[in-house]
Formats: sequence, C-alpha cells, structure tokens
Amino acid sequence: MSADPGLHLAEPFSDAGQQRDAATLGMWIFLATEVLFFGVLFAAYAVSRLLQPEGFAEGSDHTDLLLGTVNTAVLLTSSLTMALAVRGAALGARRATTAWLLVTASLGVVFLVIKGIEYRQEYVEGLVPVLAFDYAGPEQTGVTVFFYLYFLMTGLHALHLLIGIGVVATLAWLNARGHFTPDWHTPVELTGLYWHFVDVVWIFLYPVMYLVARA
Amino acid sequence: MSAPTPRPAAEVRRYLLTWLALLGLLLITLGSALVPLGSLNIVLNLGIAVAKTLLVMIVFMHLSRGAPVVRLAAATGFLWLALLLTLTLSDYLSR
Repeated sequence: MSADPGLHLAEPFSDAGQQRDAATLGMWIFLATEVLFFGVLFAAYAVSRLLQPEGFAEGSDHTDLLLGTVNTAVLLTSSLTMALAVRGAALGARRATTAWLLVTASLGVVFLVIKGIEYRQEYVEGLVPVLAFDYAGPEQTGVTVFFYLYFLMTGLHALHLLIGIGVVATLAWLNARGHFTPDWHTPVELTGLYWHFVDVVWIFLYPVMYLVARA
Repeated sequence: MSAPTPRPAAEVRRYLLTWLALLGLLLITLGSALVPLGSLNIVLNLGIAVAKTLLVMIVFMHLSRGAPVVRLAAATGFLWLALLLTLTLSDYLSR
C-alpha cells in the first residue's frame, strides 16, 4: 500500500493499474455517448445542407474564416499542452504540469474570447436567428437554418469547452498543492481525454461551418 | 492492461511532430477549400478532419498504447455515429 494522498484502491479492483484501466474505459464510454450527442447535430446539419446547399454556402460565407482558422490552431495547440500536462503528471514534474495545465486553460479562454468576438460580429450583422436576424436575400431559409445550427453547435461546443477550462484550472490548483503523483493522477488523465474530445468536435465543426463553398 | 509509458524524450518529440502535422493538415484543409474543386472540397475537408481526429486519438489520447477494450469503446462510439449518418442520409439521398 502506498502513502499517496489521492490513491484509494476501491473495492472491486485488485491493483492500481486495473483501477486506472477501468477509469479510462469509463471515460471513453462517456466520450462515445458524447460522440452521439454531437453526432446527431452533425446529422441534422448533413440533411439540412443536402436540402439547401445554396443557403448553406451563403451562410458559411458570412462566418469569419480568419478567426475560425486561428481558433482551430488555438485548440489544436491546447491539445498539445494538455498532452504535455498529462505526461508531466505521469513523471511527477509538479511545476511543469501546473504550468502546462494553466497554459491549456488559457488557450481555452483565448478560444472563447475569439468566439465571443465572432458572435458579437454576427449579432451586429443581423445573422442571429430569432434574436437579431436581418438577412433578406433569396436564400433566407437556408441561411436561417445554417446559422441556427451554427449557434447551436458552436454554442454547445463552447459550453463543453467552458466546463473543460474550469476542470483544468481546478486540476492546476490541486496539482500545485501536490495532490497528484506519478502513481496516481487519474483525474488529469481523464480530463485530458475530455479535452482532446472537445478538440475533435471542433476539428469537425471548423470545415462544416467555415469552409462551405469558399472557392 | 495498457502498455507502459514510453521514454520521456521520444514522447515529447512524438507530441510535437503530431502537433505540427495537425497544423499542417489545417493549412491544407484551408488552402484546398479556397480552390474550386466542386464536390471534392467537402470530401477532402472531411477526410482531413478524420485524419486529424485519428492523430489526436492515437497520439494525444494514447489509444496507441491503450488496452484493447478501450480501443473497442472508442471505435464503437464512431461506429454508432456511422450508423446514424448512413441510415439517415441513405433515406434523404434516395428521395
């Protein structure tokens, strides 16, 4: 038995490795349900775009390609820093791990700020269905549906990211206080999986929202 | 049981190379989107997105050294998504 502050071998597990594997499996099963949670929205997108391709092309044209691309790079980099944080926790590099976790959370905040700027831009341009929608071209229906899905899907993604930022920041604080060890840092590993998943969702959101008929 | 953690330096190099590959794929998807390729654009964009996802999952999410049952859970999630998309789209595409 080790004296790690966080390690607690629960009843059904015969060793720490098995317990960690079970936790990892549990997180992956949760992520699989999240794949379907977002997946159904992507299915709605696919059908809607199939039925009104011109409207979607027009709508996508009104998204900010530069900010969207920058944001994608921001999230991809945050996955790198998160992976480095998990690695740091496994090696017991406490200060480095705390630093990487804080960088990850900060990059998440940068993403949300840029997203907020985009949302504000779209509000000013009158592209927010129901709340502030002024688009009156021939593809009005398609553009409405596009932006409805845009705000719904990126909004849901942003909510997931916000939760992730909160958890990562909390982990940074806990880690700074010596809560994690090389033998036990399961929350860091599992949060890393969640964070990468949120990145993967955006990896698909980027082309379907920003790159429709850009040529 | 999952495989043990690889040598520290090799792991960092792997992460950095993966990150550069991801950024490279991002530039390719952006660049190709600006070239008129008709229906090939969406195929290319989605294909690149899948490639990025595989990189993130295999390297950053450690599926490369994950227990088989974990890989099965990951694959199952996407299998169900594929079923959802296939059955839904086959309906609309055949109308």
